[in-house]
Amino acid sequence: MTVATVPLRILIGKVGLDGHDRGVKLIARALRDAGMEVIYTGLHQSPEQIVNTAIQEDVDAIGLSILSGAHNTLFRRVLELLSEQGAEDIVVFGGGIIPNEDVPALKEAGVKALFGPGTPLDDIVRFVKELRTSR
Amino acid sequence: MEREMKDMKERKPRFTSLSGIEIHRLYGPDDLKDWTPERELGVPGEFPYTRGIYPTMYRGRLWTMRQFAGFGSAEDTNRRFHYLLEHGQNGLSVAFDMPTLMGLDADDPLARGEVGRCGVSISSLSDMERLFEGIPLDHVTTSMTINGPATVIFAMYLAVAEKRGIPFDRLGGTLQNDILKEYIAQKEWLFPPEPSLRLVTDVVAYCAQSVPRWHPISISGYHIREAGATAVQELAFTLYDGLTYVEAAVKAGLAVDQFAPRLSFFFNVHNDFFEEIAKFRAARRLWAREMARRYQPKDPRSLQLRCHAQTAGCSLTAQQPLNNVVRTTVQALAAVLGGTQSLHTNSMDETLALPTEEAVRLALRTQQIIAEESEVTNTVDPLGGSYYVEALTNRLEEEAQAYFRKLDEMGGMVAAIERGFPQREILEASHRYQREIERKERTIVGVNRYVEQEERPIPILKIDPEVEQRQVARLSELRKSRDPFKMAGAVAALQEAVACGENVMPPLIEAVKAQATLGEICAALKEVLGTYREPVVL
Repeated sequence: MTVATVPLRILIGKVGLDGHDRGVKLIARALRDAGMEVIYTGLHQSPEQIVNTAIQEDVDAIGLSILSGAHNTLFRRVLELLSEQGAEDIVVFGGGIIPNEDVPALKEAGVKALFGPGTPLDDIVRFVKELRTSR
Repeated sequence: MEREMKDMKERKPRFTSLSGIEIHRLYGPDDLKDWTPERELGVPGEFPYTRGIYPTMYRGRLWTMRQFAGFGSAEDTNRRFHYLLEHGQNGLSVAFDMPTLMGLDADDPLARGEVGRCGVSISSLSDMERLFEGIPLDHVTTSMTINGPATVIFAMYLAVAEKRGIPFDRLGGTLQNDILKEYIAQKEWLFPPEPSLRLVTDVVAYCAQSVPRWHPISISGYHIREAGATAVQELAFTLYDGLTYVEAAVKAGLAVDQFAPRLSFFFNVHNDFFEEIAKFRAARRLWAREMARRYQPKDPRSLQLRCHAQTAGCSLTAQQPLNNVVRTTVQALAAVLGGTQSLHTNSMDETLALPTEEAVRLALRTQQIIAEESEVTNTVDPLGGSYYVEALTNRLEEEAQAYFRKLDEMGGMVAAIERGFPQREILEASHRYQREIERKERTIVGVNRYVEQEERPIPILKIDPEVEQRQVARLSELRKSRDPFKMAGAVAALQEAVACGENVMPPLIEAVKAQATLGEICAALKEVLGTYREPVVL
């Protein structure tokens, strides 16, 4: 039962050029309030920076926020870099302005979950908590 | 009678505005004890402009219907502009993509996947020429939402006019050019605050001299509100930003009446109908009073707060998107009753993607119905004198002034930004609002009440994935075909002028004419002006 006492480490980040950080900050705060260790990257991170930070910080999951429409490129690039570095065990999830029709392909590529506008924070917290049991 | 009312059961223990202001059951003369219509209202078109900046308001001229548009390549957006003008819109408003907003070329590695996605991609003067192909720049007015690289984009616009032989004094429009709210809310900056403020001032000075019909800054609360601020915070931070720009221009040696008549504002219109109306009225009165007190201008236009308004994007829902049409209508009506000079109505599909042509047309028709069918335009400031609206107007003004005092104490807006003060205030407000929604203390129809299990999908706009490749190819072509020595010379001259403290606009126009790209110019400016990393507030 020692495992349960170690808090989950989650990287929450803004990837790409998009500066909309209202949602991402609320999520970072909600996860922190739920007892997780949150590493918030700040704005304007390249996929390379995100993946390097994730590996250095030894996180369990990466949550990315993208509202600029660049989700198809940026999620894929992050997954690609994780796999190049042998870090496929890090779960990737995200949210933002992502049309429904783009969701299946992104999930197929390895994004574990995508949360659209209007998602209750509790749903996201629950999803992250359950990562422990599913991993 | 009062006791009887106290005994009556109400739906909630406490009623509050969206900003958290407690709202009473009834408003009456007691709520306006020290209030006199002569001092607080005046007449429309006169100090303190509470009732509007023009004597006749919409009886004289309706507001400008200006839909923000931009996606894909310059040609894609140019077609949308022609479409909007054909459907009765009377002003253009350009949305740029993320790389352009960040001063990066379409072929920059950081631009990958972002080209043309949430606005139009503009990397060079040639792109700008294609964007305005067939559009008479001396007859339409153009608003450009650009901040970090505003000077460069403006130089491109001026260069297009020059090439077509249109004198600069016939150009009308607005450059957003409001860098302070980037540090506060929108988060797209290129340089540190102080040198950025200097670039803003350069545009103000240049316009005062050479582009007299242009609005050199649109002091924007829109993004501050979208980032989670309350109406009070939006009002306070925006007007204080405005005063900061005025101060910078006066310090640079301009007389207040040389530029203040060309300043304009840009506000959000959210769901709380009366609070929003009060916000517009309070903004006009507060600006007039502060400008009069601080700068004593002679030209009355220096006291008038002109504004554009946009319905609140953050109020729209991905769930049951048709409901967004109704939200937008209520918000648009508030902006009109608040006395806006121009208006953008959001489209119902904007929480999913950029709007389709159909959705934009419906949003424009919403404005036309308010303007031409509802008859609300028949009289000026129809809510003036309402106990409730006047009490709210007073309250918003007072609360904004309380923020002004705090900001003054901190040594001004730049110092406050560096301490993370406005950022933290907004974050706290956004957190409070989110909690209210999650606890169902505030209703969002379709999200936390009246939820439908099956969502009916609506059509959405798709951006051609080839746009990026085409833009990249075009840029590579441009770099090969231009005169490299002329280009490098113009960029070096620009750097020297900036380092010497000269006005940036004339050498910038030369640099864009020499086909230096947006990214090249911004990189050169960063070498002189530096870069910025924000204090992270969480």
